[in-house]
Amino acid sequence: MLAEIGQFTLVIGMLFSLLLAVLPLYGYFTKNDNFMHTARPLAYMQFLFILVSFVILVTLFVIQDFSVQYVWQNSNSILPIRYRISATWGAHEGSMLLWLLIQTLWTGFVAFYSKSLSRGQIARILAVLGIISLGFAAFVYFMSNPFIRTIPAPIDGNDLNPLLQDIGLIIHPPILYMGYVGLSVPFAIAIAALIGGKIDETWIRWSRPWTNAAWGFLTFGIVLGSWWAYYELGWGGWWFWDPVENASFLPWLAATALIHVQAVSEKRNAFRGWTVLLAILGFSLSVLGTFLVRSGILTSVHAFASDPSRGKFVLSLLAIYAGGALFLYALRVNKLKSKIGFELSSKETLLLTNSIIFFSACFLVLWGTLFPIIAESLNYKISIGAPYFGSMFFLIMIPMAVFLPFGMMYKWRKDQMKRVVTLLLPLLLLSAVLTVITAWYFELYKIRSISYIFNSFPVNTGRIKAITGIFGSYWVLTSVLYYFKVYKGNLTRAVWGMQISHFGVAIFIFGVTMTEYTDFEIDSLMHPNETKIVKGYSVEFKGVEKKQIENYQANIGHFVVKKNDEFVAVMEPQKRVYVRSGNPMTEAAIDPGFTRDLYISLGEQINTQGGWAVRIYIKPYIRWMWGGGILMMLGGFWAATDRRYFRMAKKRKQENIDTYLAS
Amino acid sequence: MKKLQLLLIPLLILAFSTSAIDIHEFETEEQRLDYQQLTEELRCLVCQNQNIADSDAGLAKDLRNEVAKLIKQGQNQIQITDYMVKRYGEFVTYSPPMGADTIVLWVMPLLVFLIAAFVLIRGIKRNSTQANHSEDDS
Amino acid sequence: MNKTVIKALIPLLIFISLVILLYSGLGKDTRLLPSALIDKPIPEFNVPSLLTGKRIDNETLKGQMYLLNVWASWCPNCRIEHPIVTEFVRQNIIPVYGLNYKDEPADANAWLNQFGNPYKDILVDIDGLVGIDFGVYGAPETFLIDAQGIIRHKIVGELNPYNIQNEILPLIKKYK
Repeated sequence: MLAEIGQFTLVIGMLFSLLLAVLPLYGYFTKNDNFMHTARPLAYMQFLFILVSFVILVTLFVIQDFSVQYVWQNSNSILPIRYRISATWGAHEGSMLLWLLIQTLWTGFVAFYSKSLSRGQIARILAVLGIISLGFAAFVYFMSNPFIRTIPAPIDGNDLNPLLQDIGLIIHPPILYMGYVGLSVPFAIAIAALIGGKIDETWIRWSRPWTNAAWGFLTFGIVLGSWWAYYELGWGGWWFWDPVENASFLPWLAATALIHVQAVSEKRNAFRGWTVLLAILGFSLSVLGTFLVRSGILTSVHAFASDPSRGKFVLSLLAIYAGGALFLYALRVNKLKSKIGFELSSKETLLLTNSIIFFSACFLVLWGTLFPIIAESLNYKISIGAPYFGSMFFLIMIPMAVFLPFGMMYKWRKDQMKRVVTLLLPLLLLSAVLTVITAWYFELYKIRSISYIFNSFPVNTGRIKAITGIFGSYWVLTSVLYYFKVYKGNLTRAVWGMQISHFGVAIFIFGVTMTEYTDFEIDSLMHPNETKIVKGYSVEFKGVEKKQIENYQANIGHFVVKKNDEFVAVMEPQKRVYVRSGNPMTEAAIDPGFTRDLYISLGEQINTQGGWAVRIYIKPYIRWMWGGGILMMLGGFWAATDRRYFRMAKKRKQENIDTYLAS
Repeated sequence: MKKLQLLLIPLLILAFSTSAIDIHEFETEEQRLDYQQLTEELRCLVCQNQNIADSDAGLAKDLRNEVAKLIKQGQNQIQITDYMVKRYGEFVTYSPPMGADTIVLWVMPLLVFLIAAFVLIRGIKRNSTQANHSEDDS
Repeated sequence: MNKTVIKALIPLLIFISLVILLYSGLGKDTRLLPSALIDKPIPEFNVPSLLTGKRIDNETLKGQMYLLNVWASWCPNCRIEHPIVTEFVRQNIIPVYGLNYKDEPADANAWLNQFGNPYKDILVDIDGLVGIDFGVYGAPETFLIDAQGIIRHKIVGELNPYNIQNEILPLIKKYK
C-alpha cells in the first residue's frame, strides 16, 4: 500500500513539474501575470510531493518491506538501521529519486529567496528548473522506479554491498548531489536570461551566490568521496582518475571557471557570452556525469548497474538540456554586445585567464575520460589512467598557481605589470627560501619516482614535481597572507571567501604534494610478536583475533605502534566476511594525524604459524589535502552569503534596458 | 578436531579470495619502488577499473608475480610494460602510448588551451580599444 | 546570418558530435579484450601433457591447424561449452587441443572423466604462466592457430554454434 502511495506522489510531483515547465513560460510570452504567478506555488508543490515520495521510500527500508524490489535488492533483515536508511540511495533507482528530490529542493530555494526579482524573471528561471525536474522525474518514474513490487515477496533481502555499509554512503551522495544539482541554478538563470534576450549585471550578480553555494557543495562532495575511498577501499588510494571520480571533477572545474568569470562579467559589460557558456557547461557536465556513471559506457568500480536503455534516456535529457541551451545561445548571442572595457594589463584579464586554465583542465579530464570510447569506436582498446591525467593536470595547474597571486594583486581595469611584479618579487624570494628549507627538511631531494618521457627517457619527475608543488604552495600562501597586509580594513564577505578559498588552495597543494611524493608503503610477512620498523615507527604485530560483529565475521589484526619507545596507537585492521552475501572486505586501520596518517591493511594468512601479509603505509600531510578542500568549500559558502549580491540595482537595470533598446 | 577446524578456516579464506598484498623480497630499494610503480600502472583485466596493485583477483596476483620475477631478472619499467603489452595489448597499461595514432590524445588539450587563450586575448584587446573610444563608465 | 551566429553555433556542433559519440558507445561489452597476438606466432612453451605425461612444445603442434581451448574444472562456463566442443571434434574439421589453466591435474582428470574428453592432447598450466604468454585472462577462451603456428583468431567466452559458424569456420577456410 505504502509503495503505491509512493508511486502516486511521485506522479503528482511529476505533474507539478510539467505545470511548472509550461504555465509560467506561457504567462511570460503572453504577458499574463496570473500564469506567471503560478511559478512559486508550483515549485513548492513539486518539492512537497517528491519529498513525500522520498520519505515513503526511506520508510519502506526502515520497515523492511521486501515485497518492494528495490528494498529487497539493497537491504536485509540484519542490516543495521542507519544503513537501511542510507541504502535508500545505495543503488541506481533510489539515488535517482534522491537526485530528483534535491533538484526540487534547489528549485524551492530559488522560489523562496527571489523576492528581489521581477515576476517575469522568476517565471522564466523556475520554468527552466521545472523543465529539468520534469526530465528527471520522468526518468525515475518510467525507467528507474524504486517502488516496483516483486511478487511473491521474498522472506529476506539481499545485502547492501558491504562497501556501502558505512558513514560514507550516508553523507557523500547527498552532499555531492547538492553540488551537481545546484549547478542547475546558474544554468537556469543563464537560460532564462537568454530567453528574455538580455543579460545585464543584475542577472549575473544574482546568480553568483547560487554558483558559489553549488560549487561549495560540490567541493565538499568530492572531498568526501576521496576520503571515503581512502579508508573504505583498504589500499590507501584517494584518487584514481576513475571515470566516476572524473564525472564529479568535470562540473567542479567548469564551476571554478564560472565563478572567476562572474567576478568580471558582473562588473563589466563584457564576456557575458562566455559566462553563459560556462553556466551551460557546468550543469551539462553534471548530467553528462550521471550518464557516464549509469549507462555502462565506461568501466568503473563505482559504476551503478549499467543499462544502455537508461543510458539512452539520460543522453536524451542531456541532448535536450544542453542542446537546447546551446541552440538558444547561438540565437541570442548577437544581442550581447560588449561595450565597456578594461586593459589587457588588469585584474579582469587575469580572472579570465584563470577561466581559460580551468576550462582547459576541464577539457583535459573530459578528453582523457572519453578517449577510450573514441578509440573503441575505431576498434582500438586503450586505457587512460593516472599516468596521463597526473602529468597533464599537473602541467595545466602550473600556470594556475603562477597567476593566482598576480590575479589577486592586479588592480581592476588598468594596471602596470611592473608595479605588480615589484610587489610580488619579495614573495617569490620568500617562497623560494621556504621551498629550499622544506626540501632539505623533508629530504625531497631523495625522492625517486621515474617517468618515461615519450615512453623512452627515464626522468625523475617525482622529485621535480614535489619541489615544484611545494614552491607553488608557498607562492600562493605568501600572496594570500600579503593580500591581508595590503587590503586591510573592511573586507566584504565575498573577498573573505576568496581569501579563505585561496588559503585552502595553498594548504591543498602542500598536502597533495607531500602525500603523493613522500609517502611510504611496505608489504611484509609478519608473525605474532614480530616488530617492523617503518620510518621511525615501530609496528608490533600481536596476532589476529576472530570475532562476530553485527552482520559480519571479522579477522581482526592487533598492532601496537610506538615511536622512540613512546606509545602512538593501537591499530586493528580487519578482514571481514559478510554473513548474508559471503562478500569479503578489507577494513583498514588508520591512525589519523595532523602531520601524517598511519595506515595498516591486513592481507591474508600466509602460513599456519600465524603469519599474515601486512601492508603498512605512512601518508604525510594527507589530511591537509582534504583540509584544504574543506577550506575552499567554506570560502565558497562564506562568499555566497555576501548581501551585496542580493541587492537589486534597479536603476542599473533600467539603464541597461534603455541602452539595449537604443543599440 | 579443534585444530583441524582452525586449519580449515584459513584454508577456506585462501581458496575463495586472494589478497592484493604479496610478499616479495627485492635486493634493492629501487627494485621495490619499480615494483610498486609498475603494479600501479598495470591494469587488472578482469576488474572494474583497478590496477593490479589494488586488486584481489587471481589474475592480478599472477601478473604481480610475473612483474616481480621480471624485476629480479633485471628488467626495467619500459621492458616489463612492453612484455605485458605484447601479450595483452595496450589496454593493460594505464599509461597510454605515445605513437602516431595517439598523438591527438596528448596534443588536443594543449591546442584547446592555446585557442582559448588566443580568443581571450583578442577579445580583451578589442574590448580595450573600444573602451578608449567609449564614453560609458561603470 | 552573420559571422557571429556561425561562430556561436560551434559549441552546439561540438556538442552534437559528442552526443553521437556517446550514443555509439552504448551497449558495448566493455569486458571483451581483443587479442594482441592475432597474426603473430604462438609463444614458446614446454609443458607436460595431462593425458600422456610427455612434454609438449610449440614444435609438437606445428604442421596442422587446430583450436586451442583454454578450460579448467573450476570454470562453470567451460561446462556449458563442453558439448559444443565435443560436437565440433566429432565433425572432424580440425583437432582441438586443451590448455588446462590454473587447475589441479587431479581435478582436471576428474572433470574429464565425468564429462568426457574431446581434446587431442592437453597442456598443463598449473600456475597460469603459459596463459599469460598467450594473453589469457579467464576461461573459457579459444584460439585458432594455423599450420605455421600463427594465431589467427581468439574467442573470449564460450564457443557456441554462432561464433563457430561466423568466426571460426570462415577463417579455417581462409588459412587452410
